[in-house]
Amino acid sequence: MADKNIIKIKVSNLKKSFGNLEVLKDISTKVTKGEVVCVIGPSGSGKSTFLRCLNKLETVTGGSILIDGNDITSKQININHVRENIGMVFQHFNLFNNLNILDNLTLAPVQLKKCSKSEAVTKAKNMLKKVGLEDKTDSFPSQLSGGQKQRVAIARALCMEPDIMLFDEPTSALDPEMVGEVLQVMKDLAADGMTMVIVTHEMGFAREVADRVIFMDGGYIIEEGTPQEVLLNPKEERTIDFLNKVL
Amino acid sequence: MIKIITVYGGMLLVALGRTLLLTLLGLFFACIIGMIFGIMGVVKNRACNIISQIFVDIIRGVPMIVLAFFVYFGVPYFFNTIIGGFSISLTALQAGTICLALNCGAYMAEIIRAGIQSVDKGQMEAARSLGLTYGMAMRKVVLPQAIRTMIPTFINQFIITLKDTSILSVIGFPELVNTAKNVQANTFMSFQTWAIVGIMYLIVITILSRSAKRVERRLSVGR
Repeated sequence: MADKNIIKIKVSNLKKSFGNLEVLKDISTKVTKGEVVCVIGPSGSGKSTFLRCLNKLETVTGGSILIDGNDITSKQININHVRENIGMVFQHFNLFNNLNILDNLTLAPVQLKKCSKSEAVTKAKNMLKKVGLEDKTDSFPSQLSGGQKQRVAIARALCMEPDIMLFDEPTSALDPEMVGEVLQVMKDLAADGMTMVIVTHEMGFAREVADRVIFMDGGYIIEEGTPQEVLLNPKEERTIDFLNKVL
Repeated sequence: MIKIITVYGGMLLVALGRTLLLTLLGLFFACIIGMIFGIMGVVKNRACNIISQIFVDIIRGVPMIVLAFFVYFGVPYFFNTIIGGFSISLTALQAGTICLALNCGAYMAEIIRAGIQSVDKGQMEAARSLGLTYGMAMRKVVLPQAIRTMIPTFINQFIITLKDTSILSVIGFPELVNTAKNVQANTFMSFQTWAIVGIMYLIVITILSRSAKRVERRLSVGR
């Protein structure tokens, strides 16, 4: 699936500080088209910040991020256009509480004039079917379970037809029995060839679905490689340490 | 009591009408002022935040009666005498409306700022991550949720503004309290006069807060 020749995301010497706190110290990596990359590491290692830099939810302090060859850290770039092509799924779902499920899905495509209202509704219904929630169009977010909310959130991002999807600990706020349904949707998405960057604590999922695993600690990438290399035969001491604690 | 109602009842009702007119005018402009300074208080721009905060601090730090004298007497004096060459004069209604709008506007700005900040940051982030602009995200996602939490505080502020119109009797606007003073001076029946005036305020405010409760309940459907 992964097309090694097309680079979707290229991160070079990325740095990010919050005041005096240096969260990302020097991050360089790239993601190719159709690749599924899982980012793992202890809390506070900067993995979420790294992910949020990729669609400029955080303004970077130094370095560059090229999305399809365009440097999104440059001031000239229209970040809203870039974000239309990058879907994001959050730990706490962040569905729009004032809108029903259908409106959650159609808001952005309609507002940004991606398509007409009726096309957006048709597409939204298809997406809901894909995540198994076609009967929830008129419900409000507060009436759904965590797993359902997260599946809606994925469908909402997909309605913009992005070529990249970012997941920020998508299953961390879920009850254990609901993790499976969300991971299944993500697996289907990976099988469809979506380029995905996933911050996760689900080692089983990473091993099964990821093309590449990145282990981060202290603002650096300590180790990266195939799941086989990083999860089963880690070379760095810190990776071994971390995996011993979580597995 | 009966005599006051039969002889002065009509006059008091007209005065109540003026009180309501002044309230509505004041609230209308206060909403505009509150919206502008409230939004300026939350946008990511230091200068806007500071301007908004200074406005709120000044208005909150000055008693409304002082503001009323300042707007009605002080401002025309400044232009006509200190600078000279102007002949500005404000009617009591104009000055009263300005006072209420500034005073209530400052409190509204704080209510709006706090309301917007009470909406989870994730809502804005999710909207922006889809490519929506800040303005679209504000209008379609954040403000609708903020307004729901603001409604009870808004109603409270409306009631305070209605009562604050009585302060404007000092600049001679013939609203309810000012008119009642005349009634008392004519009849010497202070107990009856002020009891009637109190009841008039009570009735209007009760109707207002009851109907506002109903609106609040209707808006919270589907939450």
